[in-house]
Amino acid sequence: MTAPWEKDPILRVRHLTMRFGGLVAIDNLSFDVGRNDITALIGPNGAGKTTVFNCLTGFYKPTEGMIRMTHADGNEFLLERLDDHVIARQARVARTFQNIRLFGGMTVLENLMVAQHNPLVHASRFAIAGLFGLAGFKRAEREAVERSKHWLEKIDLVDRADDPAADLPYGAQRRLEIARAMCMQPVILCLDEPAAGLNPRESDQLNTLLLDIRKEEQIAILLIEHDMSVVMEISDHIAVLDYGIKISDGTPDFVRSDPHVIAAYLGVEDEEVA
Amino acid sequence: MAQSETSLSARLPSALKDAAIAAFISLALFAFIVGIRTVDDPGKLLLEPRPWLLAGFVGAVFFGRLFLNLFFWSGAHTSEALTSALAPVGQIFERISPWLTPALVVFAITLPFLPFTDRYILDVAIMVMTYIMLGWGLNVVVGLAGLLDLGYVAFYAVGAYSYALVATHFGLSFWVALPLAGLLAALWGIILGFPVLRLRGDYLAIVTLAFGEIIRIVLINWYSLTNGPDGISRIPRPTFFGLELTRRGEPSFHEFFGIPYSPLNRIIFLFYIILVLALITNFVTNRLRRLPLGRAWEALREDEIACRSLGINTRNTKLSAFAIGAMFGGFAGSFFATRQGFISPESFTFIESAIILAIVVLGGMGSQIGVVVASIVMIGGFELFRELEHYRMLMFGLAMVLIMIWRPRGLITSREPSVFLKEKKAVSGELVQEGKG
Amino acid sequence: MEYFVQQLINGLTLGAIYGLIAIGYTMVYGIIGMINFAHGDIFMVGAFIALIMFIALLSIGLTFVPLALLIVLLVSMAFTAVWGWTVERVAYRPLRESFRLAPLITAIGMSIVLQNFVQIAQGARVKPLQPLITGGFTVMEKDGFVVNLSYMQILIIVLTVVLMCIFTLIISRTSLGRAQRACEQDRVMAALSGVNVDRTISLTFIMGAALAAVAGVMYLLYYGVIDFYIGFIAGIKAFTAAVLGGIGSLPGAMLGGMIIGLIEVFWSAYFTIEYKDVAAFSMLALVLIFLPSGLLGRPEVEKV
Repeated sequence: MTAPWEKDPILRVRHLTMRFGGLVAIDNLSFDVGRNDITALIGPNGAGKTTVFNCLTGFYKPTEGMIRMTHADGNEFLLERLDDHVIARQARVARTFQNIRLFGGMTVLENLMVAQHNPLVHASRFAIAGLFGLAGFKRAEREAVERSKHWLEKIDLVDRADDPAADLPYGAQRRLEIARAMCMQPVILCLDEPAAGLNPRESDQLNTLLLDIRKEEQIAILLIEHDMSVVMEISDHIAVLDYGIKISDGTPDFVRSDPHVIAAYLGVEDEEVA
Repeated sequence: MAQSETSLSARLPSALKDAAIAAFISLALFAFIVGIRTVDDPGKLLLEPRPWLLAGFVGAVFFGRLFLNLFFWSGAHTSEALTSALAPVGQIFERISPWLTPALVVFAITLPFLPFTDRYILDVAIMVMTYIMLGWGLNVVVGLAGLLDLGYVAFYAVGAYSYALVATHFGLSFWVALPLAGLLAALWGIILGFPVLRLRGDYLAIVTLAFGEIIRIVLINWYSLTNGPDGISRIPRPTFFGLELTRRGEPSFHEFFGIPYSPLNRIIFLFYIILVLALITNFVTNRLRRLPLGRAWEALREDEIACRSLGINTRNTKLSAFAIGAMFGGFAGSFFATRQGFISPESFTFIESAIILAIVVLGGMGSQIGVVVASIVMIGGFELFRELEHYRMLMFGLAMVLIMIWRPRGLITSREPSVFLKEKKAVSGELVQEGKG
Repeated sequence: MEYFVQQLINGLTLGAIYGLIAIGYTMVYGIIGMINFAHGDIFMVGAFIALIMFIALLSIGLTFVPLALLIVLLVSMAFTAVWGWTVERVAYRPLRESFRLAPLITAIGMSIVLQNFVQIAQGARVKPLQPLITGGFTVMEKDGFVVNLSYMQILIIVLTVVLMCIFTLIISRTSLGRAQRACEQDRVMAALSGVNVDRTISLTFIMGAALAAVAGVMYLLYYGVIDFYIGFIAGIKAFTAAVLGGIGSLPGAMLGGMIIGLIEVFWSAYFTIEYKDVAAFSMLALVLIFLPSGLLGRPEVEKV
């Protein structure tokens, strides 16, 4: 029986292996990410989840394996061969970071504008047209500001648009990082522990935001998360990693009752799942 | 100060002890270097003891330290005391900075016609403007993109030599050669930047320093092209739409306009050239800051990894900052060549790079007006000590140290956002990153 | 062949001097992560103190060279160390937790101050010292070409190796060395575990300056002339050596110094003397491009 996400996956990871010297961070990992699914990658600390993200987004070159991305229009990208910025620009993979990486000394709005760098550079004809203030660039810039505003409304930060990002409270910074990634108009959004450090109310808001993004933008979301209330509530599909090896893969209900998972992972945190 | 007066007598013993320690250390410091002077004698060196001078140094340290201990430092650290004592000056800077720009522009434009202006003042003003332009050029690289470049003088040299060579060999006029020199400098920026821009932090600094030295050494030794240490002389002066600003120019400026000849005309003309060049630099930089390219520079300074995750080609972005900074350096170099009429490798030593970097950092990284203030203070201010060449450099070095301790982030620290939704609020310098590249 | 051996000896001697200065750079960079731009000028101050002390000793009639040398070394190390300590205390410590570029600027400022101060106090002329250690061995001789190993060169290389061993032992065996390594890793944690961070950093500067003073004495004896400007070029080359060897590594600094010395001497001998600095600097650029953490440095893994 094929799972729904295996029919037309946006991302097909095959035999992914990453070694650092003698350390095997990921070992022969294969999984699929459904086109409009929320897929969660879970596992205990040090299981290699963030390494998977770094391979997907080109920050690390995997030792072995293939990551094939298929856009809805049929364009294919082999992510393991591309540079990080090419993956972001052409394959349209956006990501956030475990330890927030905002441009702290720039304003909230500027952060969102940087995310729209490539279309804007194109519109500014590599700064030449922009230098002379040509109409085409001005229009593009207005659109970029509009898009930023749209996302600021979504994350409820319009009032803080002109404040430095580093001045925002922690939860707002997490949301801003998601909004910044969304301003790239990605086809897949990779979130590295988006709920870390959030209080229950903020965690709830995050669930709503992610479900809303999936519904309205029709994109795939891949997330690493420790907060089981987030994972179990919103995921369509969960892959479980332990010591770089996939130990389970399926729907939340399947994973929840998988004895491997309970042994390796959920045994520790079963009260959170229940 | 009030609280220090009440406990003056109570603190006297500790203050005396501290001053005595400082005096003892200074005795160790100066015993050889100041206390004994080497005197040249045919064939060998003689020593001449200078006990009174040494005593003067040690005494100055003792009483200076005692005085400061009693009346200024109530136990606090040197730097904190210095910072708090001078903090109001910094706040005044921040407050008047919005008014400073227009006032300075008006002042600069009218300067040649102000009553007190003479040739000397104009010469100093030209020099200050040259450093402002260089500072603005380097600000793109260091202040915006956060790339530490210790070899900026290389591009200044490339610009100067490019103009000098094409002008003396091919007879190209200043106005034709100027863009050419800028482009050549930019090209060199790309050539030098390409292999090294993935280096981080101080490694980049030391490699750029090495490149600066390499270019200088090549200039000294490539005799057939650069005439070596003798330099290139008789570099043509710029013309005003073909009019020469000399007494016997064909055609000459003063005859065309029917005004009496004055050697000052040429100086005023040069002043306006560098003013316009500098203002163009400022305009372009400010404009670029508001464009995606400039925003990417600043984002790069803030967090390079985040930039890569957002699809920014960091290598090209760094190269563009390097090339544009180099281009402005090249423009300034051609101006320097045409103004001096003579250039030699001696004008392009590391100390020039250090001075330009100091201007950028002292002014406040990324701040355009900060560069202006720092140039006026450091270049214009120390010009007053011209006759005392070595003392001037000594004071210059001391000023660099003291200003940095007083305001580690420079004179103007706040950052102006490049785009805003409702209102423009300055970003406090404390939040702005300095870049790791 | 003979020519080659002679150049090898000369290169190693020069490299030893660079290596001694490079240790000061590498220790300071390791512990507080800044380029101590004034370190080259500390070396220059050390050479001046040595010069004055030598002349003073000779003029009071102390002509027994080994004793004079010992006294000069100790005096120069002690007094130069005070300079090293003072520079750190005045110009770097107030900025330790500050903006990264600020200490770099104060370091450049201190370098300018030291150069000009010595120039004003001692004059800008080149200062000669009569040769004190003369003679040497003939290592080999063929077709009239003599390969010489002078006593001076032996002294420099032996002294360098001895100092190198002593300092490596200090770093690896003593509590000071442990404190230094702790500060390198994490200054806050080191302070919390009872390491006196200020004192450790001060001692690092003192040690670096003392070694620079030794290099200054060697330079003075080897070349026989010094001026206020020797610190700049020697300093840059020594820093190059430190980076080349892998910053933070003591053996790396020595190795880097040797390589820079050899490149310089061989380039001068076989190609053009004018471009010897270009060769050294190009080497630096090449190494950094292909081996960003230097020859013996620890590779840096990018944390995402």
